[in-house]
Amino acid sequence: MNKLPGIRPRQSLGRRLDMAARRGFPATTTALLLLFAAAPLGLPGQAELQACVALSCVFFWSLFRPVSMTPVMVFLIGLLTDLLGFAPPGVGVLSLLFVHGFAMRWRRLLVRQGFVLVWLAFVAIATGTAALQWALTSLLTFRLLPPAPGLFQAAIGAGLYPALATLLTRAHHTLAEPERA
Amino acid sequence: MNPGGVSPHVIRLSIPVRQALAKLTLPVLIAAAFGMMLLGKADALLAERARMALADALAPIYGALSEPLGAVRAGVDSVRQVFTLYEENARLREQNDRLMRWQSVALALDAENATLKSSLHWIPDPAPSYITARVVADAGGVYARAVLLSVGPNHTVAKGQIALDDRGLAGRVTELGSRSARVLLITDMNSRIPVILEGTRARAMLIGTNGARPRLMYWGEAQPPAEGERVVTSAEANAFPAGLPVGVVHYSASHVPEVEPLARLDRLEVVRIFDYGLRGVVPPEGPAARTAFPERRR
Repeated sequence: MNKLPGIRPRQSLGRRLDMAARRGFPATTTALLLLFAAAPLGLPGQAELQACVALSCVFFWSLFRPVSMTPVMVFLIGLLTDLLGFAPPGVGVLSLLFVHGFAMRWRRLLVRQGFVLVWLAFVAIATGTAALQWALTSLLTFRLLPPAPGLFQAAIGAGLYPALATLLTRAHHTLAEPERA
Repeated sequence: MNPGGVSPHVIRLSIPVRQALAKLTLPVLIAAAFGMMLLGKADALLAERARMALADALAPIYGALSEPLGAVRAGVDSVRQVFTLYEENARLREQNDRLMRWQSVALALDAENATLKSSLHWIPDPAPSYITARVVADAGGVYARAVLLSVGPNHTVAKGQIALDDRGLAGRVTELGSRSARVLLITDMNSRIPVILEGTRARAMLIGTNGARPRLMYWGEAQPPAEGERVVTSAEANAFPAGLPVGVVHYSASHVPEVEPLARLDRLEVVRIFDYGLRGVVPPEGPAARTAFPERRR
């Protein structure tokens, strides 16, 4: 992978394990955060929060470290959200894959921007995803669902992202960085 | 791990092939997601089994977690209560006086009821058996209202059994795993409960809206529900026993009769699951569905 000339530490087993752990960090922590968000915390709007955690993590890692957030991982995380959230299977998977696709598409442009623009892009994506989930769930349950929870979900996502992104940025430069192994 | 998911050390593919594979992954997975939606629609049982398998694995963990989390919440509550101790005390004393008067009325009515029943040779309803289960998680997601119960490995819970908290009706068991059960709450959009308005004995349907208060519908034009009237279950359709307390009628701002549930559905901690032996309306594929008619009691 790294073809640049220079002195590098030897590829010992311990170092390889360390690098693998760092590569797997984004997907693993996303899954753990999801399980934690499904725990009986007794918070109001916890179901919406759970959807937003998946969305924020997948968006952040797809944008800043796509090597550690591959489509297959996004698919598995989506499956976990669907099973945990008792949603019609496939809805979470599809919406997270769209988020991933969108982040990959606009990656070159967004990575160079400041935080505010990335956040605004996320707000747009979160709103779009909430609308998509609302439409798909309505279609799959054969009834027009009230749109209010979807709007609430988008608003929670917009509020959650800055806090989560601060933590994830820190992890991005330290724990999830294979070069620091 | 490259984006294509194929390690270059294992299979040496040319760069264009690898790039093409990497580009194909996302469309293929999106197609798989659509396939999953169709499969979930075509075979609802498969999706239910997968969900309950995950719920079975998580229920013991969440059950263990709910103890310390409950302790934290109780601690916060007790701090808050210290500040309202005085008013709370006055309110409780006043309520206690009122309830004492009601208790004497209830005891007199109970005695009268017993005499009347004995002179009428009334056949009493069989006492229902029940188990108590802890609510371990919210199982509704964004567009449903349901809770997950931890019921232990050798439970006797069946689909269609009725969940009550200490105040009133909470919902019915709709999905069942080996260690967990999902209870659809009366506020869920898919909940339909035949009820009786206690004052007028008029029948109606209680229809969930995903909001905090389910709506009353299909009541007789001659007897509109009155504000503050108590609503209890009706034995019609053989899904509920008659007379379980459900809630109190409350008119919304747009003059729609709604029911304020007696059960504290937003903070359920422990519920009782009653087996009334009713098999009138059981979700499809339930073990009781096939033996519905021979077991009918009423």
